[in-house]
Order: sequence, then C-alpha cells, then structure tokens
Amino acid sequence: MESSLTELGWLTVPLAVLSGAIRVGTPFLFVSLGECLTERSGRINISLEGTLVMGAMTGYGTAYLTGSPWLGVLAAACAGALLGGMHSLLCSRPGVDHIAAGIALMLFATGIAFFFGKPLIQPRAPQLPDLPLGFWSDLNVVQANLRINPLFVIGVLVAPVMWWAFNNTRWGLYLRTVGDSAEAARALGLGVNGTRAMATMIGGFFAGIGGAFLSLSYPGIWNEGLSSGQGLMAVVLVIFARWHPVRCLWAALLFGGASALAPALQSVGISSGYHLITAAPYLLTLILMIVTSSPERSLRGAPAELALNRTD
Amino acid sequence: MTKSLALTRRQFIQSAFASAIVARYGIGALHAEEPITVGFLYVGAKDDYGYNQSHAESAKIIGELPYVRLIEEERVPETVEVQKSMQSMIELDGAKVLFPTSYGYYDPHVLAVAEQYPDVTFFHCGGLYEEGQPANVGTYWATVDQAQYVSGVTAAHMTKTGKFGMVSAVPIPDILRAVNSFLLGARTVRPDATMQIIYTGDWNVPVKEAEAVNSLADQGIDVVGCEVDSPKVIVETADKRGLYSCGVYASQAGLGAEGFLVSAIPTWAPICQYFLDKSIAKEPFEHTIIGGMAEGYVGNSEFGPAVSDEAKAAAMAAAEGLKSGTTKIYQGPLKDNEGNVRIADGESYSYGDPFIDGIDWLVEGVTGSSSI
Repeated sequence: MESSLTELGWLTVPLAVLSGAIRVGTPFLFVSLGECLTERSGRINISLEGTLVMGAMTGYGTAYLTGSPWLGVLAAACAGALLGGMHSLLCSRPGVDHIAAGIALMLFATGIAFFFGKPLIQPRAPQLPDLPLGFWSDLNVVQANLRINPLFVIGVLVAPVMWWAFNNTRWGLYLRTVGDSAEAARALGLGVNGTRAMATMIGGFFAGIGGAFLSLSYPGIWNEGLSSGQGLMAVVLVIFARWHPVRCLWAALLFGGASALAPALQSVGISSGYHLITAAPYLLTLILMIVTSSPERSLRGAPAELALNRTD
Repeated sequence: MTKSLALTRRQFIQSAFASAIVARYGIGALHAEEPITVGFLYVGAKDDYGYNQSHAESAKIIGELPYVRLIEEERVPETVEVQKSMQSMIELDGAKVLFPTSYGYYDPHVLAVAEQYPDVTFFHCGGLYEEGQPANVGTYWATVDQAQYVSGVTAAHMTKTGKFGMVSAVPIPDILRAVNSFLLGARTVRPDATMQIIYTGDWNVPVKEAEAVNSLADQGIDVVGCEVDSPKVIVETADKRGLYSCGVYASQAGLGAEGFLVSAIPTWAPICQYFLDKSIAKEPFEHTIIGGMAEGYVGNSEFGPAVSDEAKAAAMAAAEGLKSGTTKIYQGPLKDNEGNVRIADGESYSYGDPFIDGIDWLVEGVTGSSSI
C-alpha cells in the first residue's frame, strides 16, 4: 500500500479535490436546489442558513434518539419544510420585506437549534452509510475517496428532474409564471401566495436534508460551528448558477472543490495563496454579477418578480 | 385618576427596588460568609471536547468551593459582546472575580471593563499582561506544547510510515511550538519522522478540519495531531480513515475512537484557585502566571486502547523527564525547516526563557509554512 501511495504522488491533489467537491459540495447542492426553487417562484429565502443549522440539529438528535440515521434525514427535512412554511406565512402578509423576514427567521432557527442542540454536542449519533464506489481499485486512497454518500446521488438526480419539471410540467409553468409576473399569474387565476408557499416549503425541505448531511455524514458531528455560513454561500451560489438547477449542481461542486483545494495543496506542501484560493468562488460570483449586469434589464435568468426590494 | 394611579404604581416599584437593593447589598455586605460570585466566559460550547471544556472543568472545581457562587456564559464572541457580558455579570449578578477565557477577549475588551470596575478582578487566559496595564488584571497560560512532545513520543512508537500531520487553526507562536514539540518528541524515537502542517484558518470550522484530515490521509500520513478548539471531528474523521489521532485541551478518549492515542491537556484549576484566593484576601497578585509540566499545569490524558505498553512506558518516561527538567525539548543542534541553524550545538533553552516564547519558525522535518 505504501509504495502505491508514493506512486500516486501529486495525483492525490485532483483526487482529493474531486472527492472533496462531492463531500463539501453536497450541503451546497441541497440548499441551492431549495433556494433555486423558492427564488423561481419570485421569493428570496435568505433564512436557509438557519434551516441548514436546524436540519443538522434535528437530524442528529433524531438519529441519536431513534438509532436510525434515515429517520434523522426525514426529521431534518420536515423541520426545514416547517421553517419554510413559517417564512411563507410571514412573507404572505402585505408589506413584509422578504430579506428582513428571512434574516429574522435565520436568527430564530439558529438560536432554537443551538438551544435544543446543547445536549447533543457530546453524544455520537449513528451515521449514514456510504456507497463504496471505489471497489474496483486496489488503492486505499481511491477507495477512501470514492466512498460517496447516497444523499449526493439523490441530489444529482433531483437537479435534472427539477430542471425538467420547470420546463415541462404544468406545475413548473405555474411556478415560473408566478415568479416572472405576479399580475399575469393572478390574471390566469393562479394563487400567487399558495404557489410561493409551496415552493418555499419544498425549498426548506431540501435545505433540511442538506443540514442532515452535515451532521450525519460529513463531517458527521453536531456543534455550533458546523455550518459556518454554508447556507448563505448557497444563496450566493444560486445567483452564480443563474437560477438553473443543473448549473446549481456544477456550482455546488465548484464551491465544494474550492474548499477542498486549500487543504489538499497544503498536504503536498503548497501553502501560498491560501486566502486567495478560499476566496476564489466568491470573487468569481462577483465578477459574474458585474459582467452580466446591465442597467436595462435584470440579471439574465433571474425571475422578474425577484427584486431585492420587493415588499409584497 | 389614571395619572395618579400610574404615579403611585411607579412610586411603589421604586421603593420596592430600593428595599431590594438594601436587602441585597446593605445587609448582605454585613455577612462575611456570603459566597463570592465568580464568572467564567467561554467563546464556544463548554462541552466541546476541547478548549472550552478544559476551562469549564476548572470552573466546575472552583464552583464546588463552599464560598463560591459560580456563573458561566457560553458562546460569547470576541467582540464588544464580551464587554456587555462582563458588565452584566458585574452589575446584575454581583460578580467580583471574572475569568474571560478566550485569547481575543483581552485587548481591548478586558482592559476596558477592568478600568471601569477597579474593585473587580479579571483573570484572562492567554498570558498577555504587560507592564502598565490595570492593576486588577491578571493573565495565565499553560505551555501545552510540552504535553504535545509526550504525544509525539507516543505517536512515534505507534506509527508505521513515520509521517505525521497536524491540523492547526492559525499560525501563531503557541501553535508553531506545539507542532515543533510534537515532532521533536517523535524524533527522539524515529529520527526520520516528518510532519505535515495544515491550517484551517479558524478555531472551529468542522468541515475544513475534516477535509484537512482526509487530505493528510491521502498522503500516507498515519497519525494526525491537532491544535483547534474542538478536536472531536478530527479524531472521528481520522478514525473513519483508519488513522491514529492525538487530541488536545481535553481527553477525547470518551469518543470511543479506536485510533485515539493520547491528548495534551492543560489544568487551569490551580491557577484559578491562586487568583481567587488573592482576590478574596484583597492581596496583590502575580500578574502573569505561565507554567507547564513542572508546575502541574500541563499533562496528558489517559491513553487510548491502541497504545502499546512500550509506547506508554516511553511516554511516561518522557513526561517525567520534562517534569523534573532533565529533558530539554529545545536543544542544539537544531535547524529550522528553511535550513537556518536556530540553536547551536551544546546550547539548550528551558521553558520560561523568552527564546521559547519567541519561537516563530518550524523545525527541520516540518512541511508547511510558519505563516499563511
């Protein structure tokens, strides 16, 4: 094993980045899919950071108490849907600022999760099993890096299905109509608030699953620093992916890979440019927004109802 | 009518408050046996299997003293928040002695509040006191890296590849010294041992810490040490990858990780006790207390299940040598990892020497930089 490791040498860097992209990117993927769905309905839900933390805590607690990590995932998803429901309830009132409501709900969910999560910091909850996709290789490194969590596979399947559903189903059409013009939707007799509430709850459901991945797979613990802002990054990521679910998948992998690059490079002795590498995805997002912005129209791909200063 | 009613109610509340304050302070002050209120402030959760837990364990010992009423606050950020928390502990809870335990609390927060409340004493963990700072401030620190030397000796007996990794938060002198001491301990057993350092950039970032352990595992490293606030995720991730791990600040033996070897831990309680006794007696105190193995402020946890008897014996011998002062961690000839001679042949340095405090380089055999 030792000799084969040395043979692999610096090749471990791309391997580590690839598997790191999957490991670190999975929560990004779920939160960004949820946010993408919600934003397509013309509503921004910035509280998904709180949903992620809440999902992580609920998932860990449920898995610890019941002994079943999959029940934990389900509980986390339901907690996320519940928070989504609260957000849509707040936003359905006239004159409520989506961003302000989102920030309030984010702080609320984080606080509640920390409060109930207090006794969960020390215990170990059962973890989700991984799929050993590296079975074909004799190399320990390859095997270890290709242990993929089934949740990632589910996320990869959800992305194209969501894209297909946006374009090819009646419900997808409703969603996009509501997101692009509330007036048109009302004229067609569609319930704007109802559609948005549905989209926000499903969005929260996905973000909750992302949280469960954090606490039940990777890194697989519960503590108060667990999310460290990943839910907010995922909101940025949706802009980067320009509201396209399949592009969300690539963006999640890119952001995940960027997080994995810094430790992978340090492990082969390259430590310069550390902060620049860590900041790269955000820099890229900013550049993208500047390049594609125009005074005449909103960002290409952006749902027209999704103005940041909307209050209805 | 309503107006006069409101006035009487206000007057009533005022007088009730006044009598409550008299009861609290006036009569209370006459009773010398009333317990003294001691406050501890932590930057994270106090059961984090790490830095905050080490302080909470000493707070627990202090809190069990019959003349102490213990109050604690967790997750206090290193911002103006900590000033507010300290003020409320003093104003609302009547705290007379405070232990703000996180490094970043000191300047300007502890210093500012200490000037406002000259009759309250503040003991900050970090060893940052300088001449001319308020007289009611003290500071303490323990040279945990001496115990990392012992962990290094243990790890060197267990390793197959002779390659070690250290997941560290940020390149500050205490962490650089921990990395150095670990490798110097290991090299007394395996002269060919090497050390790979990875910085995560912050004290509690579980995803990056797990990622760092995975990258180290990919490089054939088989023992991972750490210098972060909460080593739980590092010990567990190392276990998943089949690596040995060494912890820090608290014992991680309770996690049940098969590969856990040993942890380097500080014991703050004797220092807190000293400061508390001086505060109660209203006597002047040493403003800076820094100690290590010899003073009993630093030691190692119990060994994990994997550690061989031979490794245990060697580790305990190393610890004895450090306690008695016969073993010197930093002795010449010693080069840094850029090839400069840092300690000439025949020279050596003891803990407490400014040379040791000023180490901002990494010893030969460490891959990584002393800054990011």
